[in-house]
Amino acid sequence: MKPEAIKSILATDCGSTTTKAILIEKQGDEYRLVVRGEAPTTVEAPFEDVTKGVLNATKEVEELCGRQILDGNEIITPQKGDKGVDIYISTSSAGGGLQMVVSGIVKAMSAESAERAALGAGAIVMDVLASNDGRLPHEKIQRIRHLRPDMILLSGGTDSGNIKGVVEMSELLKAASPKPRLGISYKLPVIYAGNQKANAAIENNLSTETDLSIVENLRPVLERENLGPARDKIHDLFMEHVMAQAPGYKKLMDMSDAPIMPTPGAVGEIMQVIAKKEDITVLGVDIGGATTDIFSVFKDLEKGDPVFNRTVSANLGMSYSISNVLASATLPNILRWVPFEIDEIDLRNRIGNKMIRPTTIPQSLEELKIEQAIAREALRLSFIQHKEFAVGLKGVQKERTISDAFDQSSSGETLVNMMDLDILVGSGGVLSHAPRRHQSARMVIDSFLPEGITQIAVDSIFMMPQLGVLASVHEQAATEVFNKDCLLRLGTCVAPVGPIKAGKEYMRIRFTLPDGKMIDKAYTLGEMELFEAPYEAMEAEIIPARGVDVGAGPGQVVKTNIYGGLVGVIIDARGRRPFALPQDPVERVSKLQEWSKTINEFEDK
Amino acid sequence: MAHAYTPGLKVIPKTVVHKTRRLPLKGKVIVEVGAKVKAEDVVATTNLPGNVVPVNLANMLNIEASEIPELLIKKLGETVEKEDIIAETPGLFGLFKTKAIAPATGTLEAVSSITGQAIIREAPVPVSVHAYINGKVTGIIEDEGVEISTAASFIQGIFGIGGERRGEIKILTKETTTPITEDMISDDCKGKVLVGGSFLSYKAFMKAQRLGAIGIVVGGFNYSDIKKIVGYDIGVAITGQEDVKTTLIITEGFGEVHMADQTLKLLSSHEGKVASINGATQIRAGVIRPEIIIPLDGDTKLKEEKAELFGMEPGTEVRVIRAPYFGMLGEVTDLPHELQRLESGSLARVAKVKLYETKKEVLLPRANLEMIEKK
Repeated sequence: MKPEAIKSILATDCGSTTTKAILIEKQGDEYRLVVRGEAPTTVEAPFEDVTKGVLNATKEVEELCGRQILDGNEIITPQKGDKGVDIYISTSSAGGGLQMVVSGIVKAMSAESAERAALGAGAIVMDVLASNDGRLPHEKIQRIRHLRPDMILLSGGTDSGNIKGVVEMSELLKAASPKPRLGISYKLPVIYAGNQKANAAIENNLSTETDLSIVENLRPVLERENLGPARDKIHDLFMEHVMAQAPGYKKLMDMSDAPIMPTPGAVGEIMQVIAKKEDITVLGVDIGGATTDIFSVFKDLEKGDPVFNRTVSANLGMSYSISNVLASATLPNILRWVPFEIDEIDLRNRIGNKMIRPTTIPQSLEELKIEQAIAREALRLSFIQHKEFAVGLKGVQKERTISDAFDQSSSGETLVNMMDLDILVGSGGVLSHAPRRHQSARMVIDSFLPEGITQIAVDSIFMMPQLGVLASVHEQAATEVFNKDCLLRLGTCVAPVGPIKAGKEYMRIRFTLPDGKMIDKAYTLGEMELFEAPYEAMEAEIIPARGVDVGAGPGQVVKTNIYGGLVGVIIDARGRRPFALPQDPVERVSKLQEWSKTINEFEDK
Repeated sequence: MAHAYTPGLKVIPKTVVHKTRRLPLKGKVIVEVGAKVKAEDVVATTNLPGNVVPVNLANMLNIEASEIPELLIKKLGETVEKEDIIAETPGLFGLFKTKAIAPATGTLEAVSSITGQAIIREAPVPVSVHAYINGKVTGIIEDEGVEISTAASFIQGIFGIGGERRGEIKILTKETTTPITEDMISDDCKGKVLVGGSFLSYKAFMKAQRLGAIGIVVGGFNYSDIKKIVGYDIGVAITGQEDVKTTLIITEGFGEVHMADQTLKLLSSHEGKVASINGATQIRAGVIRPEIIIPLDGDTKLKEEKAELFGMEPGTEVRVIRAPYFGMLGEVTDLPHELQRLESGSLARVAKVKLYETKKEVLLPRANLEMIEKK
């Protein structure tokens, strides 16, 4: 069906616990979200058929929109009269998502590029093997045997380089004879995307033991990555092999009018479409029960081209892996966000209980505050991992001029520049379903610490995955729904960066609210303030103190438009680089309570 | 949710338990359908491919990898003993030869003329699978394993550590509210599965382990004590492989939580009988809960009873699984259709529950309730 002829779309996301369905319809000239339904995912016993969950979620959509979409166990496509939908599409992360092992020759070069390709395709990377990763060959073999991934991506060497390293890795792989995670009766898919001169040797080593696919080199020359072919192959094999092993997926693939995408791959897709369309830098986060994914589109340091990166922190999440957040962040870091005193053993037991009963929700305000404290740390740790990974290509020779002589930048520098960031988008249960949007804004500001002027938004009901897969078949519908129904603009955070003595003026802001009220106010270190304002442009003048930066350089005044939103304009003068909370517990609790009150987090003023 | 179903933990006095016993790789099944087996009987065996020892011949002989094939002393597929010469250089007039010595005993599996690497595969490692429960073989998965079925009492815990064990049940507390204390554990606990009420301290666990108890089933345990036992943080609830001598099964949750009445009652009714227990827990897709299986004596007929999937309704008995009423039992009195605002500010589907302990009716999120499954 031609895109312009599509009037209605049903899209589902089969998550590990819940299957979410959305119905999108063309209303006049634009596409809008109509309703959303959900039902438990049915990959596991006693159902063992993912399509049952899809049909149940669709039934809820039918009930809510009041028209027929299903005919028995079939989705009616295309739409006939007011029955059915024109297309049906889906994403999936059920069954633990796509789990991969990647390998390269040099850890910081080809292995890192291979990891980027796998992550970009929506995979969880279980391990990164490299010739120089410090492990002995037999240790690598043991590791491969132990892991049982869904797929392996093998890379290494530039197209003109030596083939020895990559052939050696294929020999280790052959010796390990890895078995796939799901089902012991089929061959493990292996993708080779390395030095093309080694193709024959690789084929010789791996074609009988594994299901080998050879694609273009993902790093043909040191200066360039070519991740597309490897990424596409991962998607194809995900459909053909991994999905085909999961219960009911063959049926789901038949029902769907477009290839099923891994959920994080789809979220990455929509982020890139938006960044490109609006020519902006984007940082997005999806915090789930088991993992936290971070997506970013920042400018390349050399050429200024947009570069997409995704990282997945496989064991930082809010339910299944909540105890791992505690283990990684440590108790003092979680406690620093809890605005009341709590016994340590009690807190540990509460976190343990959430891990073993992951579907429970906080009933009391106290429990909610604890969960939001943990979420801040899960987000902070995931972001650290992202910054370390989202870097320029390593190992690239840079021509230096006299003017560069004092510049400390080098290849492999992080691309994440918070001062350049235009919009920060949060999604996932704890952010999308927080009782008040003010809480979501606070959580992302506290954990990502945006600098200068940054817009804050959240995914209203967590539908970015469905919009991501929709973008691959109907970009216009995906972007319209994204802007109108998915993205909730919360407002703008204004945060000065740089050192200042306590009590001295840090920054002054002047702007006029849409209701005509003039704001002209100065702030000292440690203050926060909220100005409620709708999503409308407001001309603002921001005057930082000497040595302090709000976006135009130290001490430079910024004149720009700022936007309100569902929350408003948030002034965050708590300081950056470093950002520090009071050490004294009593003072810390008092400050946390003061900021909560100022930002109107828990009740209306 | 139109088809919401929140299963609870199973506490079933009499049911048919089916256990699939599967090999990690294809192998040989050594029992037949209909055979009666004991828990310790081997039902299937296989050989795991041996460990692989890579050795770089080109580096050892200091030559180009392409020269290796001509210099091999051992052929591909040939058995090599540790210290055997695998390859050697011709040397000068037969003298000054450089030798590549096998670092392990095994089979010469591969030699690469590109990298100079040789692979020696050690002898296969035999693996066998036991029946785990007394019962009857009711199915064979060709070359992979068997299904064993038995009439049994079946109890699930919420979290456990340690793997499969068998032992006689010994009840330590009569009340669900009584914690297990160190003084309750004595020499006669050796080889037993100890059962007690609301809490087990770290010290009591260590004493039981020292005295040789093979398992403990208890209502609650401190999460921070798990780390003290296993030596690391369990960040994700995937357990069963821990190096502990005593398998621990927690039936309710972390902290001090009363064991459910019916759980203690059922276990008490089997005091002195042998139970097969497993602490393995996996709270992810394909959830696995720790389990206690007590095969029933006599000619109990194997009768299929399919678990019915039913939703929550007024009259359903439930357990609260999150603060502030964590651990309390009650009965659903109403299921309001509309979403309700919780104290936290969230809107949620709720149930009105009359709590037995306080005799009060409270509104609780349905997500925080677990149905008590009865047969």
